[in-house]
Amino acid sequence: METSTLTAMYGKFAAVKAVTLQFPANQVHALIGPSGCGKSTFLRSLNRMHEMSIGGWVTGRVLLDGEDVYGPGVSVIQLRRRVGMVFQRPTPFPTKSIYDNVAAGLMLEGKLPRAELDEIVERSLRRAALWDEVKDRLKGSAIALSGGQQQRLCLARTIAPEPEVILLDEPTASLDPQGTQRIEELVFELKKDFTIIIVTHNMQQAARTSDTTTFFYLGTMVEHGPTKQIFTTPQNEQTEAYITGRFG
Amino acid sequence: MATSAVPAVHDRAARPRSLSGSSRHDQLFRAILTACALAIPVLIVMLLIVLVRGADPAIRKFGLHFIVDSTWDPIAGKFGAFPLIVGTLLTSLLALVIAVPLSLGVAIYLTEFAPEMVRKPIAMTIELLAAIPSVVYGLWGVFVLMPILRTAVFPLLRSVLGFLPFFQGVIYGPSVLAASVILAIMIMPFIMSVSREVLLAVPNSQREAALALGATRWEAVRTAIVPYARSGILGAIILGLGRALGETMAVTMLIGNRHEIVASLFAPGYTMAAVIANEFAEAQDRMHFAAMTYVALVLFLVTVIINAAARLLIWRVSRGAGSGGKEL
Amino acid sequence: MVGLMIGAVIVAVLPLIFILGSLIVRGAGSLSVAFFTRMPVPAGETGGGVLHAIVGTLIIVGIAALMGVPIGMGAGLHAAEYPGSKISWTARFVADVMNGTPSIVVGVFAYTLVVAPQKHYSAFAGSLALAVLMVPMIMRSTEELIKLVPNSLREAALALGYARWRTSLSIVLRTALPGIVTGSLLAIARVAGETAPLLLTALGNQYFSVDINGPMETLPHVVYKYATGPYEEWHQFAWAAALVLILVVLVLSIAARIATRQKFGGARG
Ligand SMILES: Nc1ncnc2c1ncn2[C@@H]1O[C@H](COP(=O)(O)OP(=O)(O)OP(=O)(O)O)[C@@H](O)[C@H]1O
Ligand SMILES: [Mg+2]
Repeated sequence: METSTLTAMYGKFAAVKAVTLQFPANQVHALIGPSGCGKSTFLRSLNRMHEMSIGGWVTGRVLLDGEDVYGPGVSVIQLRRRVGMVFQRPTPFPTKSIYDNVAAGLMLEGKLPRAELDEIVERSLRRAALWDEVKDRLKGSAIALSGGQQQRLCLARTIAPEPEVILLDEPTASLDPQGTQRIEELVFELKKDFTIIIVTHNMQQAARTSDTTTFFYLGTMVEHGPTKQIFTTPQNEQTEAYITGRFG
Repeated sequence: MATSAVPAVHDRAARPRSLSGSSRHDQLFRAILTACALAIPVLIVMLLIVLVRGADPAIRKFGLHFIVDSTWDPIAGKFGAFPLIVGTLLTSLLALVIAVPLSLGVAIYLTEFAPEMVRKPIAMTIELLAAIPSVVYGLWGVFVLMPILRTAVFPLLRSVLGFLPFFQGVIYGPSVLAASVILAIMIMPFIMSVSREVLLAVPNSQREAALALGATRWEAVRTAIVPYARSGILGAIILGLGRALGETMAVTMLIGNRHEIVASLFAPGYTMAAVIANEFAEAQDRMHFAAMTYVALVLFLVTVIINAAARLLIWRVSRGAGSGGKEL
Repeated sequence: MVGLMIGAVIVAVLPLIFILGSLIVRGAGSLSVAFFTRMPVPAGETGGGVLHAIVGTLIIVGIAALMGVPIGMGAGLHAAEYPGSKISWTARFVADVMNGTPSIVVGVFAYTLVVAPQKHYSAFAGSLALAVLMVPMIMRSTEELIKLVPNSLREAALALGYARWRTSLSIVLRTALPGIVTGSLLAIARVAGETAPLLLTALGNQYFSVDINGPMETLPHVVYKYATGPYEEWHQFAWAAALVLILVVLVLSIAARIATRQKFGGARG
């Protein structure tokens, strides 16, 4: 996935300004920057959720496998099946069981044989490291789970339809340290199969989990590079100030 | 970790990888919802058209004179709605006089003074009153309330206030005053619950500012909260008036149904809604129908204007509360 | 001052107790199994029942709900899903205005539209009038309840590749559904007690009838007819019918309120 001069607007306000970036496959890409710098907006432009916000529109291009996702005739539905997203707060569907939550995205592709569905649900829950905790209550309510479990459930729901890219917007912001650690481990595991773009406020998290890091400031992309380099020898003063905690 | 044991499966390749597709279903869905939403304004326009067309013969024959004329003679084919309009306004205003202080007292008490644990139960009990069908109020009014009024309340009123023309004359059971009392009971829960909502929408900053300046709670209510909610409360009262104007069954059963204007509130009267309820099923003559439809049209227009005004007032308050953060 | 207000509370609550008390004292004595399973008996005799009116009320209110609930829900969903649109604004405002339109006026409307051309009273016209009364109520309650569904849920579904219509129906509407059902029950309870529009449409019927094109008896009409009749036994009968009517209405409303609070207590707080 890549972007070229991507600009995202809220009405007349440009929240993301002419960002050109490449996200090579099977890597974890971290987006960092002070609050309000446009990370979420950028992320939401990638799967066209940005246009659901009031006044939201974009210019520039977002390419998925070389195809412009804002091109004419593109179905946002097809796009979002290939680019999954997990939000800051867990969002399990409250009226659906744990099983049905995981299967929710799969159902959209038409009816699957029961056995196959069972298998995919189990596999997704295992990959989200949730299987052992919920295997005896798959028919139980999804909102009876803890916050950390709910977030892993959302991850399982996102990976079940096998997207290519997974967008994570501060997925651990509402979790305790244990929950955070599990998600981080998962992110590391999952990059084998997916391209992962993660927004985080946690510098250690970015350093621990990601392959590349991008620093945003006031809507512009300030610096992009291998994580190690960004955290050890940043080229830009602002980047350095931010990661050493001098502002933000 | 458990995940490492699971083989990664790449069945993605099996799926079509294009991004194309259409949103026809979305458009259809929106069109259906839009049709439902449009049904409501269409309905009110249809109501208006049907009433105007039904009333047309009477509108042509009597014109606006209908409103100030007092004859109602189906046999001679002469119709005037003045006594009906007076009866409707009189019962509704009297009902407001009785119901407004009570409802506001209850609403203010429930939002500002009542202990937390009794607020919900009391509010819910009073709102249950709103669920009682009009005809049951009528039944109760005729057989329970009216005897009490006739034997105890009305004679007392006559002996105390008898120097006023409104409280003189023979005491019948069915009367303008009896209808007003039942109307008051019926609109009270309504005014109460709308003004309670309005009062609840007053931002806490308003309350706290007054209290911080050293006001007692009652002073805070009087000087800060009620003034802030004023137009909303006015809206609630006007809504209550709208209900009272159109209330039919209980009034029909208690007012005595006489096409007359008498000063005494102990005398029977008539209202617009009641005449339709009583005479529609028995009417034979085309002009009689048209006259009653004309009455319905007048009633409709009056309530539409009243409700629109009240809603605008209430919306103003709740929108003010919505942006209340700015005032901090 | 507070003392006065407590006085007001007492005066306000008193009628409810008084009305329910009278209904039970005067109505309960005449209630029996026969009251629910028999037809009325001629004046002068005691006994008999309101089977025809119970069935009639069920049919008329049922058909009204079939017409009114889907339209009201659709309009409410529209107002909540496209809140900025002019149509939503108009529908919302008109619904609020129509909620205050006298039911008798709607009765005249249904009469002119259906009864007058057919030249005979009809239960269907009654259903039509009740549906018109129901739509604005259901629209507003649906809208309010859908607004309680967090937007994050909508976004989660869209991000998963749900189409908008599917998100609206199977996630948003589905989540608010328990509340919407109870809101609709409240509206149904409210119109079930309506009498005035039925006087001009379904009229009433001494006999058992399930023909929706003809006159049909209903519970509120029975109360009215027997309360305004000249015989003592009729008055007894009216009280008993009123008790049945109020039980239906109150049970529906109380159940609806309790259910709404439980389902959405969390979302509101
Ligand atoms: N719905 C909206 N309408 C208008 N402006 C918005 C909207 N959402 C965000 N913005 C503005 O866009 C800018 C970028 O917001 P964004 O949410 O992308 O920041 P962020 O980097 O994700 O911040 P955080 O770290 O706090 O999540 C901010 O200045 C914000 O005020
Ligand atoms: Mg953000």
